[in-house]
Amino acid sequence: MGREVHQNRPHAEVVGGHCFGNGSKNRNCVLVGDTGVITLALSKGRIFDETLPLLKAAGIKPADDPEKSRKLVIATNRADVKIIIVRASDVPTYVQYGAADMGIAGKDVLLEHGGDGLYQPLDLRIARCRMMVAVPNEFDYESAVRQGARLRVATKYVKTAREHFGAKGVHVDLIKLYGSMELAPLAGLAEAIVDLVSSGNTLKANNLRPVEEIMPISSRLIVNQAALKLKRNSVQPMIGAFSAAVARSKK
Amino acid sequence: MTQKWLLPEYIDDILPAEAWRIEKLRASVLELFTLSGYELVMPPLVEYLDSLLTGSGHDLGLRTFKLVDQLSGRTLGLRADITPQASRIDAHLLNRQGITRLCYSGSVVHTLPTGMLKTREPLQIGAEIYGHAGVESDVEIQLLMLRALAVAGVNNVHLDLGHVAIFRSLIQWAGIDRESEAELFRVLQAKDVAALDTMTGSLGKDVRRALCALPELYGGVEVLQEARKRLPKLPELAACLDTLEFLAEQLSKDVAQVCVDLAELRGYHYHSGAVFEAYVPGQTEAIARGGRYDEIGKSFGRARPATGFSIDLRDLASLVDGDGQRKRIMASHKLDDAGLQAAIQALRDAGNIVIVDLPGHEDNRDELGCHEELVMRDGQWVVVPRDRAK
Repeated sequence: MGREVHQNRPHAEVVGGHCFGNGSKNRNCVLVGDTGVITLALSKGRIFDETLPLLKAAGIKPADDPEKSRKLVIATNRADVKIIIVRASDVPTYVQYGAADMGIAGKDVLLEHGGDGLYQPLDLRIARCRMMVAVPNEFDYESAVRQGARLRVATKYVKTAREHFGAKGVHVDLIKLYGSMELAPLAGLAEAIVDLVSSGNTLKANNLRPVEEIMPISSRLIVNQAALKLKRNSVQPMIGAFSAAVARSKK
Repeated sequence: MTQKWLLPEYIDDILPAEAWRIEKLRASVLELFTLSGYELVMPPLVEYLDSLLTGSGHDLGLRTFKLVDQLSGRTLGLRADITPQASRIDAHLLNRQGITRLCYSGSVVHTLPTGMLKTREPLQIGAEIYGHAGVESDVEIQLLMLRALAVAGVNNVHLDLGHVAIFRSLIQWAGIDRESEAELFRVLQAKDVAALDTMTGSLGKDVRRALCALPELYGGVEVLQEARKRLPKLPELAACLDTLEFLAEQLSKDVAQVCVDLAELRGYHYHSGAVFEAYVPGQTEAIARGGRYDEIGKSFGRARPATGFSIDLRDLASLVDGDGQRKRIMASHKLDDAGLQAAIQALRDAGNIVIVDLPGHEDNRDELGCHEELVMRDGQWVVVPRDRAK
């Protein structure tokens, strides 16, 4: 259900870990099994930068900067914590498989993934923005979304868009794009887009305007369910440290 | 598709070494169940869908393959879980007033895999106790599960305990409607504290505090003490916590670690009391799970308290050390040699694998996987290593 697994058979070459396929035996053996070591999946860019202060609060300092280094597995000052760098939309997959014990992922990514089999114990309140519907300046959105109407929408977030318009009672033809959504209405591909908006400058520069907020977005701490049970003694204090840091920054 | 031998996704063959390991494990676990007083039943692979899904949650319906019965025109389901079948047998066929202990083992099929790394054809093995509502049967069934895991050499179990009646009695106490209950259930399962906070905004202060405490109430046994402080003083809640405390106390010496998780609601629509899962280091999902389901018999027309567990034998067999293969001995194909035939029979009677080398494949003998060969030495048939056979 909304779950795409591209490997034909999930033998163990799940990630850059220790455990490569040895036939059917121990095919579930992934990093979760490494007793004691906690693997944290992060994506480069804004999420990584805004996570650094939280890591610091938990006493963790990465040994490399992913913007400068090409390393995908980054050690930290703590022997029992390592960081893996993955694409933002892949973070929930790594954590769900147990290839990482914990990860930090945007709510936008989690909604598309579905969140099956994950714990999401903490809103980190970082990388904040809004999921919005945007249309060309001259487009009459209000009359286009009458109940029972039909709208062509381009987006990277098909699941979110489907649910949003479904709740409004509007039929949508969804066009899945992987980037530069703003171009779709200009090129005549779609009438509206669903995308993340921070400043709104990109929209403005392309003659678009935001017409509806679907939801506020921020990054969440996600935890593999087995890791929370099996490595509770390491995982629980880390969640506590993040949680305390978030509470402090709220004030 | 040109490659006609390919199997559907998440369906696979079990090849020789693995198949033998699984079969051996199945026999040992069933022997354990039998010696413990559990009677083996073999329910059918297909049943009327209505009966298969009686009392179960929506999930099981989605997970069940359906087909039309040409004889009755009714919809049949391929079983996705054997537990409801065992309950049906207890409620309607055995009809005992006292305690019934049943066990089973068989394939089930799922339309969707239950996890990212799961097969769609698990080999389910399990045991159930019907007719006993006390915590003693919960202890018995959990100890039996641990012994079944020990048969496979799995001893470092992390036991996760929960109790679905905690959430259920909070919902009743707060008078929350069905729809909100389903939403709360969803966010609690994900321990999504942020969504829970938003969702409970409109509820009373006490209700909100109690519901928001649940996802934080996980950890060691000390969580139960904390729960007594943070949750409202309802008699039914106190009873749930007493049950969990008793279970933790009884089982802690048999497992590596006991965890308590009060937001663990797996099987909420089906279970009614204490639920448990066994985790093993290195596995991203529980290896065995079970719990109490006193309500399911009622939907079969006869309410019977029940508790049980099940394991996917294929998962468990993958944790067994060694391939369990016995040594294989090659013998020549000489039907008229009575001495040779007697020697082969004697070896087989003693529990050895003897493979007769049928004529015409002399170049492929290595494929038989024999390291030893039955040869004639000084008028006697003896077994020697193959490299010294000539």
